[in-house]
Amino acid sequence: MLHTVNKSPFETSTLLSCLRHAREGDAVLLIEDGVYGALKGTTVAGEIWPRKGQLAFYVLGPDLEARGLDKSRLIDGFKVVDYGGFVDLVAEHDVTQSWL
Amino acid sequence: MGAYVLNGVEIPHDEEGYITDLGNWSKELAVLIAKDENIEMTDEHWEVVNFLREYYEEYQIAPAIRVLVKAIKKSLGKEKGNNKYLYELFPYGPAKQACKIAGLPKPTGCV
Amino acid sequence: MASEADKPEAEGAEGGGAEVTKKFLYVNRKAPYGTIYALESLEVVLIGAAFEQDVSLAFLDDGVYQLTKNQDTKGIGVKNFSPTYKALGDYEVTKLYVEKESLAERGLTEADLMEITYEDEDDDWAEKPSIRVVSREEMAEIMAEQDVILSF
Repeated sequence: MLHTVNKSPFETSTLLSCLRHAREGDAVLLIEDGVYGALKGTTVAGEIWPRKGQLAFYVLGPDLEARGLDKSRLIDGFKVVDYGGFVDLVAEHDVTQSWL
Repeated sequence: MGAYVLNGVEIPHDEEGYITDLGNWSKELAVLIAKDENIEMTDEHWEVVNFLREYYEEYQIAPAIRVLVKAIKKSLGKEKGNNKYLYELFPYGPAKQACKIAGLPKPTGCV
Repeated sequence: MASEADKPEAEGAEGGGAEVTKKFLYVNRKAPYGTIYALESLEVVLIGAAFEQDVSLAFLDDGVYQLTKNQDTKGIGVKNFSPTYKALGDYEVTKLYVEKESLAERGLTEADLMEITYEDEDDDWAEKPSIRVVSREEMAEIMAEQDVILSF
């Protein structure tokens, strides 16, 4: 399953809820304000670290750039995708769940 | 947007003839709406209209046709709980026409 | 769901021409009146019920607030749509999964939720509860079993 999250983890518990329901082998793609969850050195990063071996983490590049966030600030292991990569991820997974 | 006129009072309805304020409904208005739909209200018509109003009162929705058929079958028996019977009473669609007469919104799931 | 279009339909390969039933899950994570999500979800469920798929509803996070008893919206001037959940059984929507942890985090128990039932056609129309309280882990499993997930 592919999970997408579009809310800032500092505003809602959406990312947290996603992580609690994602199962081994799933992919998580952070988009829109969700990209703030991909940054290291935050209180949220601690929630992501323990799942790094089980889940594949992606972040949408255009949303990072729009917010002035450099790739060097991402938690290790996050892959940056463009819109084409987003489409590929949706196509690769049977089901997509959008966490709103 | 238009309005039914009952005893000189205008009761607004939407472009399809459903009244916009459910609180404006009365039996007299139902007869008037029915006439507009070329329906002469009989006891059998009232039975369905009253059933719909009770359903709405309880669940806050107008049921889809198949739900209406099933529910009527359950409470009034299978002679009445079938499409043929209901279409004879309300030839342009029991859910749509009967709901309109009952003063309810268009059934959810009805397009 | 865009990905639905390219999935092959089983066109009577077994000689029956039977329609493919898919598992649809509607995920509800928002409280009822602050935003339009809960009502929109309920309307989509009712409309979608006409397509006779295998439909389940999930209530987690603030979504559990949608099912609490004694909702009365007179004072805020919006429609109280909580009674409509009780009509879901008529629409053959009979599986409402509620996450136990989400209830507990909010100081709620199953007793705080409305009683929602359906009549089981296969069991002489016996009245049965539609609400099934499940753990977070079970909820994750239920999500993993679906063909389509619609989130609200």
